[in-house]
Amino acid sequence: MTFQEITDIVTGQFAALAIQPDTKNPQPALIVPAGEIAAVCRFLYEDERLYFDYLACITAIDNGTAADTMELIYNLTSIPYGVDLTLKTIFPRNTASGTLPSVPTVSHIWRTADWHEREAYDLMGITFEGHPDLRRILLPEDWEGHPLRKDYDAQERYHGIYVRYQDGPALEPSDDPDRA
Amino acid sequence: MSERIKTGDGGIILTNAEDLMNWARLSSLWPMGFGLACCAIEMMATYAANYDLERFGIMPRPSPRQSDVMIVAGTVTFKMADRIRRLYEQMPEPRYVISMGSCSNCGGPYWEHGYHVVKGVDRIIPVDVYVPGCPPRPEALIGGFMKLQEKIRGKQEAVPELFLEMEAADQKAVLS
Repeated sequence: MTFQEITDIVTGQFAALAIQPDTKNPQPALIVPAGEIAAVCRFLYEDERLYFDYLACITAIDNGTAADTMELIYNLTSIPYGVDLTLKTIFPRNTASGTLPSVPTVSHIWRTADWHEREAYDLMGITFEGHPDLRRILLPEDWEGHPLRKDYDAQERYHGIYVRYQDGPALEPSDDPDRA
Repeated sequence: MSERIKTGDGGIILTNAEDLMNWARLSSLWPMGFGLACCAIEMMATYAANYDLERFGIMPRPSPRQSDVMIVAGTVTFKMADRIRRLYEQMPEPRYVISMGSCSNCGGPYWEHGYHVVKGVDRIIPVDVYVPGCPPRPEALIGGFMKLQEKIRGKQEAVPELFLEMEAADQKAVLS
């Protein structure tokens, strides 16, 4: 099955949505509106002609403050048909009120998405509507900010320890000359 | 063997208690068995048959309560920092710390952009010996232990403060 055939099936099903094929790069992708990602994924997962039963990865990209957009990339595989598909969704970095962007979860379709979405939330600050357990997955729970965003500034201290190298040790040196 | 019957003649060593204690301490340095990153692989190689740390009386212990020395082998993340501090506090005194490798010495390759790395384990616990390398060869870690042994050999352990207070109280009781 070619990328064109998959595109025809998906755009036929979701005629009302602006789903764009992107074939500029060696790996073609379907660009899906962020709000509809769960509905499109559900269709790809269940349709008998496609059966995309395996989610290999979810990647988050920050395009920077100039472009002011972020992307999520979903790599899908249909094991019965032996076909791969890449989905992309592009959305603003922050909402109008300044809060983190929000995308519908796909963790109810593929359990794999649970931890991938937690990682995207932890490092990129993308929230997923309907996620069952959206906690940080790598950083400590009380960490401030989302470090892989382009406008991230590390906090000054974490539990009393200076984060930046040049700030030096935060603790007073020991009185014992052997241990100073 | 039969010709070497122990008679009790000779075989006397004159020393002082402090040197004897130091000698005992430095001859059985028991490290805490834990590793954080790739340096731990090199540390395990040092424990294993080829380099055989046990010939120096160094054998890893499964609990901080039984350990004398902590080898911080690897990258110390902020998430791990609290745990390392707690493990250090659980060790009985006198306790020693060997910082193994660039990451735990000063942050190593993460010194500038590693938002998640503590820039040197000496920011959270006192360090006795720094072993440079990324990762250090097993010989370098053995060298670190030799340095630590040297350090212990010349050491005069302070009398515990509680003991001094008790002695002072005794003195007072005698005088009054």
